[in-house]
Amino acid sequence: MAEALDLHLSGIRKRFGPVEVLKGIDLQIPDGQFTTLLGPSGCGKTTLLRIIAGFEIPDAGSVHIGSTDLLALPAHKRPVNTVFQSYALFPHLRVADNIAFGLRSRGIADADVRKRVGEMLEIMRLGDLAKRHPQQLSGGQRQRVALARALVNEPEVLLLDEPMSALDASLRHDLQAELRRIQRRFQITFILVTHDQDEAIAVSDRILVMDHGTIVQDGTPEEVYERPLTRFVADFLGDANILPARRLAADRADAGFAALALAEAPTWDQGHLAIRPEDIEVREQEPAVNGVRGRISERLFRGDHWDLMVEVGDGRSLRVMTEPDQFHQTGESCWLELPPDDLRVLRD
Amino acid sequence: MAQREVIDGTLTTRARARLRGLLLALPGGLWLLAFLLLPMLSLVAYAFAGRDEFGNIIWSFTWENVQAAIGYDPVGALTADPSDDWAPHHLQILGWSFWVAGVTTILCLLIAFPLCFWIAGRPERWRPVLLALVLLPSFVNLVIRVSAWELLLKHDLFPAQFAQWLGLVGEGMSLYPSSLAVYLAMVSAMLPFTVLPLYTSVERLDWSIVEAARDCYAGAWRTFRHAILSQVGPGLGAAAILTFVPTLGMFLITDRLGGSKMSLVANLVAQKFKAVDFPQGAALGLALVGISLLAVVAFTWLTGRDRRGEVR
Repeated sequence: MAEALDLHLSGIRKRFGPVEVLKGIDLQIPDGQFTTLLGPSGCGKTTLLRIIAGFEIPDAGSVHIGSTDLLALPAHKRPVNTVFQSYALFPHLRVADNIAFGLRSRGIADADVRKRVGEMLEIMRLGDLAKRHPQQLSGGQRQRVALARALVNEPEVLLLDEPMSALDASLRHDLQAELRRIQRRFQITFILVTHDQDEAIAVSDRILVMDHGTIVQDGTPEEVYERPLTRFVADFLGDANILPARRLAADRADAGFAALALAEAPTWDQGHLAIRPEDIEVREQEPAVNGVRGRISERLFRGDHWDLMVEVGDGRSLRVMTEPDQFHQTGESCWLELPPDDLRVLRD
Repeated sequence: MAQREVIDGTLTTRARARLRGLLLALPGGLWLLAFLLLPMLSLVAYAFAGRDEFGNIIWSFTWENVQAAIGYDPVGALTADPSDDWAPHHLQILGWSFWVAGVTTILCLLIAFPLCFWIAGRPERWRPVLLALVLLPSFVNLVIRVSAWELLLKHDLFPAQFAQWLGLVGEGMSLYPSSLAVYLAMVSAMLPFTVLPLYTSVERLDWSIVEAARDCYAGAWRTFRHAILSQVGPGLGAAAILTFVPTLGMFLITDRLGGSKMSLVANLVAQKFKAVDFPQGAALGLALVGISLLAVVAFTWLTGRDRRGEVR
């Protein structure tokens, strides 16, 4: 029964000296979901992962997989495996023996161990490297061994602690796709910790954005990216323009440089709006709604798009992304359109 | 002109780079030649030299000294039964020396291992201070330290009186000469040489590998074996060698605290040289060097097993 293996966390608190790292985390992760804990360093995401793994004990709260109380079990008895940031492969063991380690710890018969390790070597495309030592492998290869060493145990939850932070960008892209493929194949709950928003968006079913020991937003990658709830989320994912604003009516707010029409009602008198650089359109003529006159002060060619800084008066500039074939000169004046549907009313 | 290329960040030719390397190695090489290789060669020469009836060296070649060193005794000076050519005396001393050095090494490792983990777990600014405290006793001359042990173990002080009260030693007896006194002094003298090499490898320990072992269902022993021992193995080997070999050559401690029954091979060598029996001393000295080399090879092999992938 699938539901029996859901992961439940409730009221998790953890304090290191004067710092409260986790301030009461409640969380439910359905079996087989690829969940990402996303946040800057120090937000508590790694501590939360280590609590699930059993390397930290929370000050309060509970962790269950189905009806199994994980906090009652020491780390080496939990049905959970971890892929470590530094890979943490056993330096004295060959690749095949590294992968076999967990099975041998549990006293599984040698023939069975050999069979399962052989299968795992094949799935992870490590067959040729089975007899090598970790020191003889590249970063990407070590990463795959670490993944294989964890997966061969068929854990109920796989924890990944920034598994790609030590790899270069192109390798990271390959491994993101690989990770997604493996998760689909094994149908195991994956919990990934990362500070890289692109990685989170690329691999996850669900993203939990964390800040200062709390979960500030929980949703699919599309939801979290398109509909940020707070200034922190809007800024951390995709670098949105954040505009201080004053409420004028149920569908209008004054952003200082212009009064803007909104698709949703502000919940505050003084607050913030967010709009993504790629949602702002550059126009020749004044648009029908939310047109803003501006002057291009900076432009950077990024290959697949242009990054423009546009001065809009009131001492403010907006970041605008345009297509590579949309050519604008620095110093040029233009109209910007801020579509009401793309203007988010933030909570804070 | 020879082809120039960049070697170690300098534009130079291959021949020049080689010359530079040789020059850098020269002082150390000369030192080893003068103070290690030449004395060793003279030791070998003495070990095979004979003596005339007045005890003067004759530069002939004979196996007699080496044979005597391992207990062959054609003259019958050591054997109780003159018809028996073999005397176990020297072999016993060799075996005994091996035993004392082995026990000292094991005791030192048993003390140093938890100590190193404890020091490595202290805040960073305290670690050098604690290491200096471990080293501090070795700043005092060994003769003085041995005298201090003699004082401490004297019959009228608390340790000896306590042992007397327990009936472990006779009334009015000191705690030395005894093997206890020898081990106390040996361990306290050798401990810094065990702690230092071991500490460097304990301090560099990658704890995430320990967590990985726990994560892979390993119990306490399996975690220790694969996550800790596999990492500190080389440090452990170095510590064992640096403790074992000097202990084997130690004669002051057994001389002063061990009494006549606890003579080690080093005492025997010292005794032979004092008696101006250079060939005998040299042959025994060679045996000592041989044992030490064997020990180094054995420890290196043991701690190198992990690297060769012979463990699962």
